[in-house]
Order: sequence, then structure tokens, then C-alpha cells
Amino acid sequence: MTTNLVVVGAGMASGRALEHLFEAAPGQFNVTLFGAEPRGNYNRIMLSPVLAGEKTFDEIITHDADWYAEHGVNCRFGETVTAIDRERKVVTSVKGETPYDKLLIATGSAPFIIPIAGKDLPGVMAFRDLDDVNRMTTAAAKPNARAVVIGGGLLGLEAAAALRMRGMEVVVLHLMGHLMERQLDPAAGYLLQRELESRGIKVHCKAQTKAILGEDKVDAVLLDDGTVYDADIVVMAVGIRPETRIATDAGLQIERGILVDDQMRTSDPDILAIGECVEHQGAVYGLVAPLYKMAEVAAQTLTGATAAFRPVQTATQLKVTGVSVYSAGDFAEGDDREEIVLRDASAGVYKRLVLQENRIIGAVMYGETADGPWFFDMLRQGTDIADMRDTLVFGQAYQGGSPLDPMAAVAALPDEAEICGCNGICKSKITGAIAEKGLTSLDEVRAHTKASASCGTCTGLVEQLLSLSLGDEYNPAAVQPMCPCTDLGHDEVRRLIVAKQLKSVPAVMQELEWTTSCGCAKCRPALNYYLVATWPGEYVDDNQSRFINERVHANIQKDGTYSVVPRMFGGITTPNELRAIADVADKFAIPTVKVTGGQRIDLLGVKKHDLPAVWADLNAAGMVSGAAYAKGLRTVKTCVGSDWCRFGTQDSTGLGIRIEKFMWGAWTPAKVKMAVSGCPRNCAEATCKDVGVICVDSGYDIVFAGAAGLDIKGTQALCHANSEDETIEIIAALVQLYLEQGRYLERIYKWTDRVGIDSIKAAIVDDLAKRRHYYERFVYSQEFAQVDPWEERVNGKDAHEFAAMAELNMVAAE
Amino acid sequence: MGNWVDIGAVNDIPLRGARCVNTPSGKIGIFRTLDDRVFALRDHCPHKGGPLSQGIVHGASVTCPLHNWVISLETGEALGADEGQVGTIPVQVENGRILMATAALAVAAE
Repeated sequence: MTTNLVVVGAGMASGRALEHLFEAAPGQFNVTLFGAEPRGNYNRIMLSPVLAGEKTFDEIITHDADWYAEHGVNCRFGETVTAIDRERKVVTSVKGETPYDKLLIATGSAPFIIPIAGKDLPGVMAFRDLDDVNRMTTAAAKPNARAVVIGGGLLGLEAAAALRMRGMEVVVLHLMGHLMERQLDPAAGYLLQRELESRGIKVHCKAQTKAILGEDKVDAVLLDDGTVYDADIVVMAVGIRPETRIATDAGLQIERGILVDDQMRTSDPDILAIGECVEHQGAVYGLVAPLYKMAEVAAQTLTGATAAFRPVQTATQLKVTGVSVYSAGDFAEGDDREEIVLRDASAGVYKRLVLQENRIIGAVMYGETADGPWFFDMLRQGTDIADMRDTLVFGQAYQGGSPLDPMAAVAALPDEAEICGCNGICKSKITGAIAEKGLTSLDEVRAHTKASASCGTCTGLVEQLLSLSLGDEYNPAAVQPMCPCTDLGHDEVRRLIVAKQLKSVPAVMQELEWTTSCGCAKCRPALNYYLVATWPGEYVDDNQSRFINERVHANIQKDGTYSVVPRMFGGITTPNELRAIADVADKFAIPTVKVTGGQRIDLLGVKKHDLPAVWADLNAAGMVSGAAYAKGLRTVKTCVGSDWCRFGTQDSTGLGIRIEKFMWGAWTPAKVKMAVSGCPRNCAEATCKDVGVICVDSGYDIVFAGAAGLDIKGTQALCHANSEDETIEIIAALVQLYLEQGRYLERIYKWTDRVGIDSIKAAIVDDLAKRRHYYERFVYSQEFAQVDPWEERVNGKDAHEFAAMAELNMVAAE
Repeated sequence: MGNWVDIGAVNDIPLRGARCVNTPSGKIGIFRTLDDRVFALRDHCPHKGGPLSQGIVHGASVTCPLHNWVISLETGEALGADEGQVGTIPVQVENGRILMATAALAVAAE
């Protein structure tokens, strides 16, 4: 007999509960999962790094479609449950009624919006889900955009730091006297404020917001004291309140949240509730560790096991790269309390321990937080610290006179010490998994134990446990090898190719002691690229080391057919070209003709043996390969610029065509997409390209390192050029630098993040001789790169690629 | 195993490369390794049916061009964490010519 379980809310709490449920009682529950967001469960804690551009949304998905399918979950994402009928045991949503035997409410919380004038203007947003992140990212893409963040708590500060990283002007308004007053004391709050200000974020404490100003969108924020801050967006991060509406309507008992007992049952025993929407013994929780504990208890209750939820102490960390803040317990002053404080102003370190009867009851740390878990552990255990009181604040490594060694500190942690607060994983669980399952990397530990898989702040501790368990076999600082065929990393291999004058794939493998006979599908294409880029004109391309698309100069499709995309320089075509494309599509019965995002035309479903004939016809009309398959220059999108547009400032179309004609054929570490817009309205969408040009009255603004695929990233400014010639020289030099430094498959934005924008500017903008030098190297390599591969193959090159070796018509003679 | 049919010369296939043979029961990929051994597999990855003959040949295996499964040329089995197997067809090389066992083909293609 299966139980019909309906779950309302598809967030982290219910996701974890389902994991426990499917593990404990596979096949016993027929689950229908409703979620207000149009997507499944993701790690909401990690939205801040996504907003900052440090992670992609894909990286923080907890459950993908496969997972739901595997467990037979009926997913109803984007469908809000509007009512619960407890008599008939059904829930109502837009699509009708769904019956339940057991109901789990996990509706989470809703952001609190201050009831002031202007709160409903477009541009006012919360920071709660991916849609909010996308709204903020879009706003941040506008040059010089300004954000006002209302709320200087955990969430508000993470949003502020992330938006600042995206280039926005950011002001934080905070009602209280210092930042994060619920977690930090004034001294630590001050250090935090100073750090944020040094990053260019303006912090205004004791700020009482009076109104949000604007006609049809946000323009500014007005404070009680008359201060006005201009704003393109206003982010409200002043707090959350439990989302209890459907429970209230259903007549369940509610206080601040939905009341639950120790087994997570509401006042109706067939209805359970977990997460931020519940209240247990007077407490409402907003951090993930207790929510996961609730999920575990709820799963046990559902399967008939006995378990009880107990109030949980939580520690807090701020997820802002480069800022370390840790706080746990109660740190208010009081007559019966003592405190130990350590300050090092120049190093920006502040530690404060609050003691009561020789036990730690609160800890606040800023700048140096490695001992946080150790203090927190003693806080929870109620450890008597009388014996180590003199050295306590210096941390665990100073106890017992041992030297400062973080490894020793981790080694000294008791087995039950909590390492991963988000997932409640203790030390012995991690070391046990490392030993039993033979784990050797952080990723493996994450996969098997979930430690460090949520917010990631305990990553350092987990790595130390790995190295403690494995000794020399674990080396986190080790360079990631290119592939299993070698221990060398990409940069080392490139350096050695130059130093040892290695000029063929076998020479590299021989000299650098590859462990396999002829590499693998990871290293061979990378080596081939490095050799092409290092020895233009000398190196003979190794076709067998190219991925099929680059080997046959077309894009393989899922059914083994290919797509063909001719170049349309700058997105400009002619009636003759279009006629030739139409004729080719007819002649070869090409099933799909599609306009691409790169302003050209894709012919899909071409049979491999037809490719040379298709190309011959396109060549005859003057078209060459569009390299839509290549790690190389793809397209240069343009708008019509001053030729036609009443706003155009320069000939963006002409410049785009010049760039594409000059740069096509170049092989690069990963694909390169460009665009030229004729004015800042940016119709060619240049600000999300690998390289973009925005024409202005005074010349050309060159931007780069944008992305609009797996990651969405606005470009960063490189420099201004006064002429088309100068623009082309700068772009070619930039691409050449990328071509020489980029790792295979590393897009320009990732390369930029790795080497730092300053080093790129130093070579391309600040040093004209260097720029010239890179430009000339690019020009030289183009002499060998600008050969139309289609024409070569029409003329017979690599004919073996396009014809079967034999046709066997006879069936096996049986 | 009878019915050996000549399908072409070893040198028709590039080292670390592959070609196809079309048969009434589907495409067969013929692979040639760096150490000059020849293998034949059904041209159909056990994962999503990708054309293995279009992949990169390395050692005695090929990486499928669609989703990078690595398939052993010797056994047709998926290597690493993936599970699956594609049919192999016996081939032998005589005087630089490749002979394929068509009897096995009928069975393999069932």
C-alpha cells in the first residue's frame, strides 16, 4: 500500500525531507510536489554567490529533473496551492484538486516588505529566489547603475557585496546603529562596515526609510532625515516572515508560524509542517541547519519511526568573498557574564567570547574565524573552560602549548564536533566516509556525505580532514592535471611546449611522460590547440585530435546528421546569398532552416556525405564556413548604426564587418562571440559578448569578458578607442593575449577572472609597445588561419571523412 | 566463423581514426588504433545512440562525440562509471586488407 503524500513547497526543507523519505522507505510514498517557483529544489543559500557571478545557477541545483523522475515525484512547479480541505483531505490548486493521505507543508517564508510609499514601484525587489537574482543581474548590467539595499543584515549585505562586484553603485540603509546587529556586537559591526566601505559600498546606519520615490519606476529613496539616494533598483532585505496563509485558512493552529510538535505534526495529525514556516516551542528558524533537522524528523514521523526535534543552537557566517564573520550564541552583556576580547586593529581581527560560569555562551569573530567551530562546539557541549581560560581566545592551536598548526587543531577536534553546520555533519562521519569509501577529493566527500555541499564555508575544514586522513596523498594546492593521462596542469604543459620546443602531439606526450599511449579525448584536443596557437605556420594540425565538429567543419546533431552555417559578415546578407541558401536547402532536402542568435542562417539535418556538395554550392555563391562549430571566432553581431538608424553614432555595421573579415579563421581556446552596437542603446547586445564595442559620439568603447550562456555576465570595460583602426588593433591584441594564456575550453570571461583584469589592461591598454607586439603576432598567425576549410574539402581534402568505407548489400549469408 | 568479407584496406582508415561500413542492418564503425589494430563496433553508443565512428580514438577505446562516453574497442563495453555495451564484430587483417565476419553481423544486428 502506498501513501499519497502531497508536499506544498519545493524548497530546501522539503527537498531534504524527500531525500530521507526515499532512502528510508523506497516506493512507499506516492509524492506530489507543489512549488510556487517554476523550478525544482535548489540551494537557496548559494544565491548570493550566483548574484555575485561566482557560481552559476546550474551549480546550485540540488535536485534535477532526473532525480524527480527517478523517485516518481509528480512535480507541479509553478503551481500554487490555494486551499486545503481537511475534511475531504484534498488540496486545491489552479489545475484542480489533489487528494492526500498525508500532507507536508513547507511553504517557507516571504520577504518582509516595509509598508511605505513607493513599495510597489517597478524596480523594488526582494532577495529571495532566482527570479530576484535575475532581476538584479539585469539591472546591474546597465553602466553606472545604482542600487539601494534596505537592510544591513546577513541577506542585505550579501546582496550589497554581490551587486558591488557586478559594478553597481551600492548604498546600504540600516535601521540599527551597526550592521548585522543580531549576530554581531558593535565592534565587529564597525569592522565589517569599514571593510564594505573600502569596497566602495556606502553604509548608512540609523537610516529610517520614509518613502521610495519615482513616477513609473524607482528613482530614489528618501530617508526621514531628508537624505535622498538615487536608485535604479531598491532591494528590500529587512527580514522574513513565515508563509502561513494556506495553513491559517485551513484552520490549523498558528502563532508566528504554523505550530508543530516535536514530531513536526501540526494541530491536524495528518498534516506535517517543516522549515521556515513553522514555530516550534516558541521559536521560528531561518537558518538551514535546524531546517534540515526538521526534515529528518518529519521523514521519520511519516515512516512511523520515532524521532523528536529539539531546539537547535545555530552559528552564522556571512558569505561575502574575502570577509570572514562568525557568530554563535548569546553575546549580550550582563552582570553575570564575563568576556574575553582580542583586538588587532591593523590586521582587522576581532574576537569576543562571552562566558557565564566558565562556559562559553556566545562567540563573535571578525577577520579570523577558523576557530569558530571549535568555540561553537564547546558552547553546545557546555565545556568547562576554566583550565584554558588564559589562552582560550587565541584558539585551539594554543591549547596545551602546541604550536600554531591548523592541522593539529582539526586533529584535536572530538569525533562528534560539527564540521558542516548546514548539513549537520560531524567529524567522524566525514573521516569514516573517507576511510570506508576510499574518498580522495573534496568533490567525493561532498557527494558521499554532503559536507561542504551547501554554503561551502566549511570547505577548509573538510580539506584538512582529507589531508589528515590521507597524508601526502591529498594535496589540495596541487594543480588540477589536464586529464588522467598526466599530472601536469594546462599552464605547465603550455610552458613546456614553448621551453622544450615541442611541435607535435606525440612529441609532447613523449617528452612530458604521458601515461597513456596516445592520450584521451580530453588532452588531445587541448594539446592540438596549444600547438596550433604556439607554432603558427609550423605545426601541422592533427585532425585525429580534433573533436568531430572541427574535423568535418560542421556541427554534429543528436541523430548523427550535421548542421551547416555559412558566414554572414556582420550579419549582412544579400538576395544572392539567400537564393543560394534556399537552393541548397531544396536540392539536398535539408529539413530545417533556422535563423540563429548570431545573425546568420543554420541549415540543420544535412547528411554527412552531402556536406562537401552543400559547401560547393555555398562556396559558388561566395560564402565561406561560418565556423559555427569552432573554438574560434564565431560571429560579430551588429546593428545598422549610422547607415540607417536615427540614433547611430558610428558605422557599427561596417566596423563589425571589418572585424569579422580581419579575425575569422583564428583558433582560440574556446568560442569567441563579438558584437558592435552603434550607440549605447546597444541593439547588438554587445555587453554580454566575449568582446563588444559600443559606439559613442567620441569614438568606441571596448568592453569584454561578458557571457550569456551557462553564466550570465555583463562585460567589463577595457578602454576607449578613437578610431576604427585603433579599435581593431586593441581587439586583435586582446584576442591574441587570450589565445596565448587561455586554457583550452576556457571562455574569455573565465580567463579574465583567473588572470585578473588588471594584468590584461596592463598588457593591452597601458603598454602600447606590448599591445603592438600582441597585435603583430595575431596578424602573423592569421596568414595561416584564414583558409576556408569548406573550399579545401570541396577540393578533395580529407575525402575519407565523408564517404563510407564500404557498402555491404548482401545480408550475412545464412 | 565464416563469411569473411573484404571491406577495404587498413590504410583507408587514419591511425587513431575510424570509418563506416553501411550494411543492411545498420552502420558499423571500423576503428584503427595507434598500434595498428583494427576493431569493428556497431556505430551506436549504448547511451543515446551516438555515432561512435565520429569520436576520438585513443588507446583501445573511443569517446562518443555526443556525451563523451568512453567505449572499449575490444569488448564494446562502456568504461569508467558508465554502464552499457555495444555489439562488436570480429575483423581480421590479411595482407593489409580488412576482413569482417558477416555471420556475426547478422547476430550482432538482431
